[in-house]
Amino acid sequence: MATKNFMFVNRKAPYGTVYALESLEVVLIGAAFEQNVSLAFIGDGVYQIAKNQKTDGIGMKNFSPTYKALGDYEVTKLYVEKESLEARGLTLDDLMDLTWEDEDEDYAEKPSIILVSSAELAAVMDEQEVVLSF
Amino acid sequence: MKYSIMVNEGPYTHQASDTALQFCKAALDADCEIFRVFFYHDGVNNGTRYTVPPQDDRNIQKEWSKLAEAHDIDLVICIAAAQRRGIMDADEAKRQGLDGDNIAPGFRISGLGQLIEGGIIADRQLVFGD
Repeated sequence: MATKNFMFVNRKAPYGTVYALESLEVVLIGAAFEQNVSLAFIGDGVYQIAKNQKTDGIGMKNFSPTYKALGDYEVTKLYVEKESLEARGLTLDDLMDLTWEDEDEDYAEKPSIILVSSAELAAVMDEQEVVLSF
Repeated sequence: MKYSIMVNEGPYTHQASDTALQFCKAALDADCEIFRVFFYHDGVNNGTRYTVPPQDDRNIQKEWSKLAEAHDIDLVICIAAAQRRGIMDADEAKRQGLDGDNIAPGFRISGLGQLIEGGIIADRQLVFGD
């Protein structure tokens, strides 16, 4: 089967609705189909990869550790829109430390999060063949 | 042009399902192909035959079934999303020990791989949602 560039655009906060959780399920399947998968986090979607998520008080499963496993599925490009972070008073330090291991460089750990401006993200989206928004 | 469609919202609360349906009809009228319609999130609620809207309103679920029958369109409901929301076919209901199923004619239940495959095979994949 052909390989295409798939981008998953995450626009919603992680727990107010089910979109983030069910998006992650599609991402893992997309990776299993050996597609070129990347993720974008815009708007409230940036909260999906925020550090120190605790869900005890709302009775829901904290699924944020799953984002740390994405590198193992060769999902290594997580674009975060700079404007969305800034509008929410967040910086990269507020986000989880998400990395992947580069087998071509002796399994060196590399950051998965790529901070991009809105215009840069538009250019990356332009390179995609399938864009699924959640 | 070959399209794959993704519907992410249930009927009536959001317009997404209506718009997707209208898009499919327009695309078919223009001799385009609809490779598959994949229902995800609350979109799986488009596929229960127990939908009974008031008589003066449109029956979105039946419109999908009619479209599938007339044009042999593959309507796929995501199994994981369906299980969360109580959409069952006979096999799945039996497997879960439930006393009945509710899937509508023309729909089938399958996995997320069908969505990815749709994206790979179609020229364009369109998402209808919130």
